[in-house]
Amino acid sequence: MSSSADIGIWGVPLAILGGAIRVSTPFLFVSLGECLTERSGRINLGLEGTLIFGAMAGYAIAYESGSAWFGVLAAALAGALFGLFHGWICRFKGVNDIAIGIAMMLLGMGLAFFFGKPYIQPVAPDLPAISFGWWSENPQLRAALQINALFLLGVGLAIFLHWMFRATRIGLTIRVVGDSTDAARAIGLNPNRVRLLSTAAGGALAGIGGAYLSLYYPGSWNEGISSGQGLMAVALVIFARWNPIYCLWAALLFGGAGALGPALQSVGVTSGYYLFFAAPYVLTLGLLILASSPDKALEGAPGELSITK
Amino acid sequence: MKPTHSLTRRHFLNRMAAFGGTALASTLLPHAAKAGGDLTVGFIYVGPKDDFGYNQAHAEGAAAVKAMAGVKVIEEENVAETVDVQNTMESMINFDGASLLFPTSFGYFDPHILEVAPKYPDVRFQHAAGLWSADLHPMNVGSYFGYIGMGQYLNGITAGHASKTKKIGFVAAKPIPQVLLNINSFLLGARSVDPEITCQVIFTGEWSLAVKEAEATNALADQGCDVITCHVDGPKVVMETAAGRGAYICGYHANQSPLAPEKYLTGAEWNWAGVYTGMVQTVLDGGSIDNFVRGGLADGFIKMSPLGPAVSDAARNQFEATKAEIMKGGFAAIKGPLKDNAGNVIAAEGEAFVESDIALESMSYLVEGVIGSTS
Repeated sequence: MSSSADIGIWGVPLAILGGAIRVSTPFLFVSLGECLTERSGRINLGLEGTLIFGAMAGYAIAYESGSAWFGVLAAALAGALFGLFHGWICRFKGVNDIAIGIAMMLLGMGLAFFFGKPYIQPVAPDLPAISFGWWSENPQLRAALQINALFLLGVGLAIFLHWMFRATRIGLTIRVVGDSTDAARAIGLNPNRVRLLSTAAGGALAGIGGAYLSLYYPGSWNEGISSGQGLMAVALVIFARWNPIYCLWAALLFGGAGALGPALQSVGVTSGYYLFFAAPYVLTLGLLILASSPDKALEGAPGELSITK
Repeated sequence: MKPTHSLTRRHFLNRMAAFGGTALASTLLPHAAKAGGDLTVGFIYVGPKDDFGYNQAHAEGAAAVKAMAGVKVIEEENVAETVDVQNTMESMINFDGASLLFPTSFGYFDPHILEVAPKYPDVRFQHAAGLWSADLHPMNVGSYFGYIGMGQYLNGITAGHASKTKKIGFVAAKPIPQVLLNINSFLLGARSVDPEITCQVIFTGEWSLAVKEAEATNALADQGCDVITCHVDGPKVVMETAAGRGAYICGYHANQSPLAPEKYLTGAEWNWAGVYTGMVQTVLDGGSIDNFVRGGLADGFIKMSPLGPAVSDAARNQFEATKAEIMKGGFAAIKGPLKDNAGNVIAAEGEAFVESDIALESMSYLVEGVIGSTS
């Protein structure tokens, strides 16, 4: 810790950078998953439950198998199952996807708490991090630049999804189904199947986000692990106008803003910390108000989405 | 979100109780239970009972009570500090026949215990904090607590010897008196080794917020704090994150040494087993528990984790000597001359607040050398 002393006020931007990288990953995966699902015309509010179940399943399997990557795989699988279940129920006539989502959220949490009981105490293997700070002598910067492979995967995925929606046949199919069920049927697509698969894929991504929480940061399973991150991530999709690249920026912004409160206290800005803890939410509200416009409301929103219909 | 289930279930049960006649529910059942010769004791936790922390410490006490003859123990975890806990208490009384309750979380007291206790004068409510006062509160409510600040003082001694940067860190939940006493004691213990040491505190605002606790720990490590402790419900995240950043750790609530044995110096632990079995035995013998119960290291209310391998001989000697001093009783960590970190005088030369001083239970300041603020 030779040169570690006294980075003083530089701790704040460093913490925001580090926080953006460390904290954003679950937001990123859940919001990308939800983005995919909503683009197909469905809302899955259950992703908070999927996130928590993914965190539990990932931790449990990583502990049992001794491999963190098996845990990630199990979390993705569990998430996909939750998504399939949601997608399957929603195909029936008169079923409301928002109500089912809320039910799925509570179901996911309840199951995770039930099955997760024996795994609160044990210590499971962590996901490895890649050091991008080797060029720096500064230990704080090196710590901030310990980047997990899942974060990089998430960034790659955001770019990939953006390209997929814009330039591929699959992307076009999802968009058509999301914008007009009738048009999709007219060209011979099966909207229910597309939505089922989109919801399953979205659930799998949320599951991976959960595995990141329990296997890397903060890196242990307990019942309060998510503290509402899954719900915030669903809201981020609307904030990001259903654009995967914007989801990435929104997740980074949220992660960085969340690090602001602790970081300010650590450099001696000690009063009013409750206010700083509200920073991510204030920021979101501010940006939503700034970005709003009476002429082009909900631009980019899929036409079949039940909140915009 | 989980409490939603129990809310509806409890609501339902309570409704049923109202329909079935309150008389039946509130008098018949407990007496029926008592007639069987059994005492039913209810424990309520705000989080999971195996959290390596506050709830686990209480649950270990409950497990000791469970082993007693003639006692039935019922427990409920993850009960929020809202109307949920009132419903849980009422259903434990009305449907399980509990006549002794341990609602363990700080925030259960006001208004929840105060709301329920007057309705059930035959039931005893034991609350683990210093909020009860004879003038203001019902007599079937009791307050018990341990002088765990002394444990943090001993933590501070090992921290003072281990720190090279002369900066130590504290991740705290809320600025309530017990937390402030722990922070102050931790620093004063370290300053008994080296008066130059400072302690950086970060408040997270909640008892259990894993991500924020990890961020706070990282921020402390970034500022060069090389020994870190905490006062949150489940210290697991803080301990693992701090050890991962290369800092030494001091435990709190329970023994966290299995999480990072090489980095773990020592820890301040609750020792509720003896306290709870004692209280339950009093009731079984037909006596009544005192409304105001306190105890420290000497009384077996708290204990210290075994010293870790990183503790030096000098640290071990001072630790053992101070511990022996505390065991004698009348030890004061808060003593003059002492100022708070805003410069106000807390204790003049020669003035001392011993561990049992009731004034410590309304502490509202951080002492000089703690970097942080209570609001």
